[in-house]
Amino acid sequence: MSPESLARMSNVAIYSSMLALAFAMFAFAASFAGGRRKPANVIVTSEVSSGGTAVITKTELPVAEPGRKAANIGISLSWLAFALLLAGVVLRGVWAGRAPWGNMYEFSITAALGVLGVYLIANTRVDLRWLGLFVVIPVLLTLGVAVTVLYTEAAQLVPALKSYWLVIHVLAAIICSGAFTIAAATAGLSLVRDRAEKRGNVDGPLSSRIPDAERLRALTNKTLAFAFPLWTFTVVAGAIWAENAWGRYWGWDPKETWAFITWVVYAAYLHARSTAGWRGNKASIIAIAGWVAFLMNYFGVNFLANSLHSYAGVGS
Amino acid sequence: MSQLPPLSNTGFLRWTWRQLTSMKTALVLLFLLALASVPGSIYPQRGVDPIKVREYITNNPTWGPTLDRLGFFEVYSSPWFSAIYLLLFISLIGCVLPRVGVHLRAMRSAPPSAPRVLDRLAGTRTFETTAPASQVLQIASQALRKHKWRVVSGPESSPEWVAAEKGYLRETGNLVFHIALLFVLAAIAIGGLFGWKGNVIVREGSSFSDTLTQYDAWGGGRYTNAQDLPPFTFTLDKFTVDFERGVAQRGAPRAFEAEVSYKTDPAATRQHALVEVNEPLVIGGAKVFLVGHGYAPIVKVTDKSGKEIFNDAVPFLPQDGMFTSTGVVKIPDSTPQLGLQALFLPTAALDQIRGPHSTFPGPDDPALFMSAWKGNLGLDAGTPQSVYRLVTDKMSRIGLEQLKVGESWKLPDGSGTVTFVGFKRWASFQIASDPGKEIALLFVAIAILGLSLSLFIRRRRVWVKVITRDGVTVIQIAGIMRTSTFEDEDIGVLAEDLDVVEQALIAADVVRGNPKEER
Ligand code: HEM
Repeated sequence: MSPESLARMSNVAIYSSMLALAFAMFAFAASFAGGRRKPANVIVTSEVSSGGTAVITKTELPVAEPGRKAANIGISLSWLAFALLLAGVVLRGVWAGRAPWGNMYEFSITAALGVLGVYLIANTRVDLRWLGLFVVIPVLLTLGVAVTVLYTEAAQLVPALKSYWLVIHVLAAIICSGAFTIAAATAGLSLVRDRAEKRGNVDGPLSSRIPDAERLRALTNKTLAFAFPLWTFTVVAGAIWAENAWGRYWGWDPKETWAFITWVVYAAYLHARSTAGWRGNKASIIAIAGWVAFLMNYFGVNFLANSLHSYAGVGS
Repeated sequence: MSQLPPLSNTGFLRWTWRQLTSMKTALVLLFLLALASVPGSIYPQRGVDPIKVREYITNNPTWGPTLDRLGFFEVYSSPWFSAIYLLLFISLIGCVLPRVGVHLRAMRSAPPSAPRVLDRLAGTRTFETTAPASQVLQIASQALRKHKWRVVSGPESSPEWVAAEKGYLRETGNLVFHIALLFVLAAIAIGGLFGWKGNVIVREGSSFSDTLTQYDAWGGGRYTNAQDLPPFTFTLDKFTVDFERGVAQRGAPRAFEAEVSYKTDPAATRQHALVEVNEPLVIGGAKVFLVGHGYAPIVKVTDKSGKEIFNDAVPFLPQDGMFTSTGVVKIPDSTPQLGLQALFLPTAALDQIRGPHSTFPGPDDPALFMSAWKGNLGLDAGTPQSVYRLVTDKMSRIGLEQLKVGESWKLPDGSGTVTFVGFKRWASFQIASDPGKEIALLFVAIAILGLSLSLFIRRRRVWVKVITRDGVTVIQIAGIMRTSTFEDEDIGVLAEDLDVVEQALIAADVVRGNPKEER
């Protein structure tokens, strides 16, 4: 197959994926409009005994009937979009003859794939259909920015990027980007819901359609408990790669600095959730701050800073 | 922290220590650490780019020096940054060490006996059976042991309950993680105190031997012995580069590699190696990294009588991605002294706006643009001079010229002839030794392992209690989570634990499924 047709197929796959996502977004939005959550039919009892707290109740979080159908359509469309996006990323790699992580365009489409993938896989284990809208929108925005602003023709890698540590490092970072984004979404929603609960009125258009704040916080926690060790690994893999390429494993380059800041903020989050007085909204705000630090690293540094890591390939 | 500190001295010290090692302080210090790291990504840093720092201070005469005094150009070694992380680590020691003792004791002690009433625990399951109590307890403890629980039963005379606990590795992992962080910091410190690194430019065909005087720049830690560098030498035999010629990212580097021959010490046999960007050469505890490259035009200068007074390849520094390179040729051995300020263009172009510049980094059409100066180079003034700058205070310009390879230029004042003979390539190497980095990596790996244990394992207790009434044995199973961060997450885990006991009892035909569930 000629390189041009590979390139065209990659682009077609990505545009089709965006189309599928746009429909998924409408489906999720319709589900949202249609489905107010029934009051949760769970009784979460917790009693303090001598040793701690015990809670044993299976939680069921039904999506109300009219919304469920639309939500299922949204999930199916998201899987379709995921498959198309995966094809687009793989074709891009085949076209370039290397791992498709050489510039900002490629990072962005792969990050979108990561967010979507983490969401869909998590959804097979815990019912997260209600979260669909908040995942599909950022993914679609990322892809939109990628194909319009960031698009670059495929080219070979600069020598510093030719390393299998790159593949490991970037792969881990992309999974983290998915998890961080989802955690930020659940943390943000927990703030909304918490406010509604404190006011004693959870009938608002948004708060009536999302789980209660404690469950949202638990989801945030679970996602970040998974992402934090992986992010630690990502940073270390980056350090090993840097040592191989530049002769020092840590140089406080802006990219490294923001990776460190992200790490420290999430460490603070993990502390906060077991510090009295910090478990609730404060922990959620820290989780969002961690995501902002991560985004700084991803977009801010590539464009603004003059860094060894500036290989955005944009504009030149 | 609302409490006021007590007034006595020891009381105050104890109070301070308690504050410092509290979770809230750790949290605040983590925030401060994140916040204090930010300026280092905004302001240029001396350790990364000293030239930019100087430029910044010159361009900002009011704020520059103040920021400098406050350490904003060396954030990561500034007193305030150091204070934050040292406090954090002191707090960590104070927090973690006592917990090691507590945890060791907990691991040795038996799980506590069952509370008097289990009904009060959420999710308690109750069954009734005609099987004897002792059999029920035996089945339960066997099943729990098989699933790696620590199990005790009591009271000894006629057992009425089984208590089991699991998940000690959570706290172990947490402690291992925090302690490993201390070792990572120590390893970084070892690297800083005993390590060294230097930079050197080597032209094709030239050699380098690992002594201080041969480096263009060198820095070592406080305890580095600069007299004791590993005595290796190497020669850059050949340097090859390849640039993108396609439309997309034209001119971007695609491959560069340095063929070197080296000896680990002067008496050793010569070996050959290929140094590439991600493939450093390891010699004698040091690593040689290829970090950059450029051109060294070969310039020959003859005097009035035609005698050769200079003939060498002079490294020029690339100024842009297309390798428009600048450099200086100093010829002190002529009277008056001569100096050339020059621009080397691998693929030469000239336009109104940009002047002479290069349009491709490969040597497709090399040219040398230069201005010649005569007078006093100022070399014997005592102050060290950059080899890339011509000090023209005591010199006057004698002319401008551009040459292609092989062309000569008769200087207009008749003082001699300059010939652009050709060019060589040079490669720049960073040579570094960091004795702490393997240790750091080891402890980072241990830290990640500990972290995963502490995040994925849950500590919990399960009790099985039997009461025999009128020949019917009533069984109660219940449990609690010991460390519960978000209750919702734990629901499934504890339910699965109770399932283990329930399934074992069902398998032994002691009870049937679907117990009366009590809330
Ligand atoms: C270098 C600074 C530190 C970092 C990067 C750090 C990081 C972390 C992380 C990632 C966790 C989550 C693991 C878990 O939940 O078990 C954690 C937990 C914990 N940390 Fe730290 N920590 C630091 C310093 C401290 C200090 C100074 C203290 C004492 C005041 C402390 C006490 C704790 C405790 C008690 C937990 C357990 C929380 C729980 O049970 O969930 N840490 N730490």
